[in-house]
Amino acid sequence: MRRVLVKGAGVAGLTVAHELAARGASVTVAEIRGRIGGKASWLAGGMLAPWCERESAEEAVVTLGKTSAEWWERTLPGLVTKAGTLVVAHARDASELARFAARTGNCESVDEEALAALEPDLADRFREGVFFAGEAHLDPRRVLEALAGKLRAMGVIFLFEAGEIAPSGFDQVIDCTGMARADDDLRGMRGEMLILHTREVSLARPVRLLHPRHPIYVVPRADHHFMVGATMIESDHDGPITARSLMELLNAAYALHPAFGEAEIVETGVGVRPAYPDNLPRVKRRKDGAITINGLYRHGFLLSPAMAEQAADLLFNSSADLESENEADRQRRSA
Amino acid sequence: MFELFGTKLASRLLLGTAQYPSPAVLAEAVKASGTSVVTASLRREMAGGRGGEKFWSLVNSLGVRILPNTAGCHSVREAVTTAKMAREVFGTPWIKLEVIGNHDTLQPDVFGLVEAARILCEDGFDVFPYTTDDLVVAERLLGAGCKVLMPWCAPIGSALGPVNIMALRSMRGHFPDVPLIIDAGLGRPSHAATVMELGFDAVLLNTAVAKAADPVGMARAFSKAVDAGREAYGSGLLEPRDVAVPSTPTIGRAVFS
Repeated sequence: MRRVLVKGAGVAGLTVAHELAARGASVTVAEIRGRIGGKASWLAGGMLAPWCERESAEEAVVTLGKTSAEWWERTLPGLVTKAGTLVVAHARDASELARFAARTGNCESVDEEALAALEPDLADRFREGVFFAGEAHLDPRRVLEALAGKLRAMGVIFLFEAGEIAPSGFDQVIDCTGMARADDDLRGMRGEMLILHTREVSLARPVRLLHPRHPIYVVPRADHHFMVGATMIESDHDGPITARSLMELLNAAYALHPAFGEAEIVETGVGVRPAYPDNLPRVKRRKDGAITINGLYRHGFLLSPAMAEQAADLLFNSSADLESENEADRQRRSA
Repeated sequence: MFELFGTKLASRLLLGTAQYPSPAVLAEAVKASGTSVVTASLRREMAGGRGGEKFWSLVNSLGVRILPNTAGCHSVREAVTTAKMAREVFGTPWIKLEVIGNHDTLQPDVFGLVEAARILCEDGFDVFPYTTDDLVVAERLLGAGCKVLMPWCAPIGSALGPVNIMALRSMRGHFPDVPLIIDAGLGRPSHAATVMELGFDAVLLNTAVAKAADPVGMARAFSKAVDAGREAYGSGLLEPRDVAVPSTPTIGRAVFS
């Protein structure tokens, strides 16, 4: 039995731990913090929205991400909500909707009536939208806790507040420590988010509000909580949310529905997404033999299943072709 | 060749660095555009004055000149402070000065702009003021020490193209020797060609390229349009006439009827 040490208990670490344990490896997960969830993963939106993301991402995000919802549903039945994504814009930004639909795919335009049927609370507020029926969402914290519970039941060992662990006791080290990992190609993309609580709004699915300057999304969570996110700032600074960002997020939430103006701000959070120059994740083999999974950018829950499978293929089948997807994409672009 | 503050530039297209799908796409777009100057928005990228170095080292590695800007500044003080920070961070006296007067239309606050321009010019900056097409404001900016003007042709990011050709023509006519760079509002290559045909010295683009489905292809298209417009301007454009003029004279042709 292969003994594998996974460093980092964020979404990348836990998904690869699951993939390896399911294929029969003996897995230990070491986490520097006292809990699972990592940093960026704990603050994630949890949208499994490959087609919406295509608006500003490479095609690889769709090819690698479109089976993600099935992976999560198969792994943790009942924790994935398959209700699609609704994209709306105010009348004066209507051209943004056409642009968004043209850049993405696998979606349909919805009129006032269809929009009201999907999200009754947004009726009379928006006249048109774009609906991505094939997308899904999950609650990152519930899902990661459930995944950790399942891993324990599968015999995976967790070491918290772990210091440096001698790799000698293991056949393979897999590093999933995100921004904590020193990698020259990685850069940080700061993201700020908040969680609102109000009984006056109900949403069945993530709603994206297009705006030329401040596009936001609102993801419904249990008990009338709403995750509002997220800024994208080229910075690895993880200090507190700025007044400007908070104002922009709140403004946009208020523009989506005025009742958010009366909501309680339950939490604000700042995380740093690790990203490679093309904003696509990589499974790499380091000089010391360790495998790294990193650069999940804003697609942690969407792309970590595909990365976990690539890493497991690499481990169990040494002829697996690393980065083939990324390479294909680069070739397409430079063609 | 085109010269700004003593620096010879091979391209008359300046490119913004915001909103690209990734730094890799930005790098390819910069290469495809052939640009010699990219703008850098200090404000948002350096939260708390820290971080963002990785992104700028990627931009630096492209080998083009960086023109920092004061995007998002709404007051003279904010703009001046940001300009000074930018001079430290990027090590250049160049500054694209934006003082925004309206949050919604991103219209410049021309009064604050003139004031900030005077402060920065006196402090030794090479100021590129983002202004409207108003001639009086332009004169005040030159009076404040500016050597270059960057008028909009439509609001930032609107992609409307030149909405007031007459104002742009008169601006070119009034300031024949001042480098004029169209800063905002261009949506398509034909817009860029149009303003270059009017005799503007260069254009600055961001959204039209960054938000295109294929930013690299669009950067290339704009680069060709800028070259075409410039060459057309230099080649003497035909003025429009009210009547048809045959390209081959009719007199002297054989008459068979």
